[in-house]
Amino acid sequence: MTDGITKSPTGIEGFDDLTLGGLPTGRPTLVCGSAGCGKTLFASTFLFNGAKIYDEPGVFVTFEERPIDIVANVDSLGFDLQGLIDQSKIHIEHIEIDPSEVAEIGDYDLEALFLRLEFAVDQIGAKRIVLDTIESLFSAFSNPAILRAEIRRLFDWLKQKGLTAVITGERGDGTLTRQGLEEYVSDCVILLDHRVDNQISTRRLRIVKYRGTAHGTNEYPFLIDEDGFSVLPVSSLGLGHKVFEDRISTGVADLDAMLTGGGFYRGSSILLTGVAGSGKSSLACMMADAACQNGERALYLSFEESEAQTVRNMKSIGTDLGKWLKSGQMRYIAARPTFYSLEMHLAIMLREINRFKPQLVVLDPISAFTDSADIAEVQAMLLRIVDYLKSNGITAVFTHLASVEQAQTDAGLSSIMDGWVLLLNREANGEFNRELYLLKARGISHSNQVREFVMSNNGIHLLDPYLGEDGALTGSARRNAEARARRAEAERQAEVTRVQDQVTQRRRRALAQIETLNADIEADEAELRRLVTAEETYQQLSRESAAALARGRGLDLSTGMKKQG
Amino acid sequence: MTEVDKEPVKLVLYVAGETPKSLAAIRNLEKICSEHLAGKYKVEVVDLKKQPQLAREHGIVAIPTLVKELPVPIRKIIGDLSDTQKVLVHLSVEE
Repeated sequence: MTDGITKSPTGIEGFDDLTLGGLPTGRPTLVCGSAGCGKTLFASTFLFNGAKIYDEPGVFVTFEERPIDIVANVDSLGFDLQGLIDQSKIHIEHIEIDPSEVAEIGDYDLEALFLRLEFAVDQIGAKRIVLDTIESLFSAFSNPAILRAEIRRLFDWLKQKGLTAVITGERGDGTLTRQGLEEYVSDCVILLDHRVDNQISTRRLRIVKYRGTAHGTNEYPFLIDEDGFSVLPVSSLGLGHKVFEDRISTGVADLDAMLTGGGFYRGSSILLTGVAGSGKSSLACMMADAACQNGERALYLSFEESEAQTVRNMKSIGTDLGKWLKSGQMRYIAARPTFYSLEMHLAIMLREINRFKPQLVVLDPISAFTDSADIAEVQAMLLRIVDYLKSNGITAVFTHLASVEQAQTDAGLSSIMDGWVLLLNREANGEFNRELYLLKARGISHSNQVREFVMSNNGIHLLDPYLGEDGALTGSARRNAEARARRAEAERQAEVTRVQDQVTQRRRRALAQIETLNADIEADEAELRRLVTAEETYQQLSRESAAALARGRGLDLSTGMKKQG
Repeated sequence: MTEVDKEPVKLVLYVAGETPKSLAAIRNLEKICSEHLAGKYKVEVVDLKKQPQLAREHGIVAIPTLVKELPVPIRKIIGDLSDTQKVLVHLSVEE
């Protein structure tokens, strides 16, 4: 392995990242694949970008299509090939061989082809060349031995000229190309594939070989659309994500409050699961709205609802997404899961994420995929998205439609999610009530309560549940129970007041009795005192009268023994 | 286009330098013409090494290539023309 290989960028989105720079400079690259898989487009993009962006003129050698068709084909992708031809930056060399008007008699070689290529290359000072499709020569000439020798010579010649070449080849049975061109091209071989699974087509690209350099070895989906050819490297990136400390609001103040510190961590993957009509999309929209309000960008990838529908629906709960869409802070992409294959979806999502660079991405709902693809594949795809978003510090919100109310996702996603909000829609007493439960929030202490989830034209609110003897109640049961509780409370309060009054009265009565008894005692004591005084007075008087009597009788008081008599 | 006159057979032989195949083709063509088409032909030999733009102009890929430009239809023969009978058949100029 040498590091000294220089590379020529193709300008194809994603491809240059995948190959760490592009195609090997000055060497031939074989691009093979079945009919209609995009070989010619790959080649023309390589050439066009070379001439336009990298100032490397190129020669397009076509063995099949007429130059006018090639120009017209890429024109629909916005490539002004004709303009570059006029500026002598691109030359289309049409090698046309009609076997019906040619006879082969004796020995020959393809020197004239070489001369033509050399002439064309020298004419515009080409650095790049495309041969599309050189295998056509095999149908034009009947002597394969000569052809093989000449093709080998051609590849040597290309190398010698230092041309960065793209050679296209049709896929053969069990071989990369029908005529075994891979034998001649040993530097770089790219395989394009176009498969149809369950009536959904997927284009895939694989670098079979790239001598002397590291490269991605997986099959990568690629896209051909109005933006041309783009390859989307979607590999798992491991777990070396950046970790954020700051929080982002969920757009629902009550939910933020359930998470100690307010909201989820930036860059989290948050799963919203729930049954139909439980408010998953609305909650996801609130999160997108919160991001926009925060001056960030939000990308909403919807697989069920159209943009207009979502905007209208969100208006009914008092959130105007229209203004963010208009200001460009929010982007809404709606596509049915069956539009593309899974990988194509992934590819498109990653491309959009790459282009829009949002801080928050909503996928609504991921369960839509489980119908159209194998669960293992869905899981792999979602894992890639989660990894990709995490590594870019993008907060991801996934909604998942659960068929039954349980903490389980079909795609087994729970373990890769940082936050999980369970939305329930429970029937009780003849009505359905929405409930929200924070099942998981990594690294954040959070409320364990099941809260009632109420959507009104004032937005989304979470109500405290009624926690009574019969368990937590919601909806009208909660309102009834609350009313009952209020009545009971009033009764209890009345009772207390009554008893209080009673006690007061009784105390008053008791005090009154005490008063009376005290008065009685006082009266008795007064009587007693009166009696004592009377007695004393009597005694006094009687003593005095006795003394007076004695005096009257002449008795000496001092000797008198008698007191009474 | 090469100047067209009213000669019955106009042949153009494209070669590239003096390679053995080119020389063999020139030799074989001279032989065929003198033996079978005496007086009824006009031959032009074009060296594409010197005039590569003519290869593009006339759609030449293989060397050597013999083109019968007149009379129409145009016929092309590639190879060193080693089989005289075949050459005559393909030129449709058998006596």
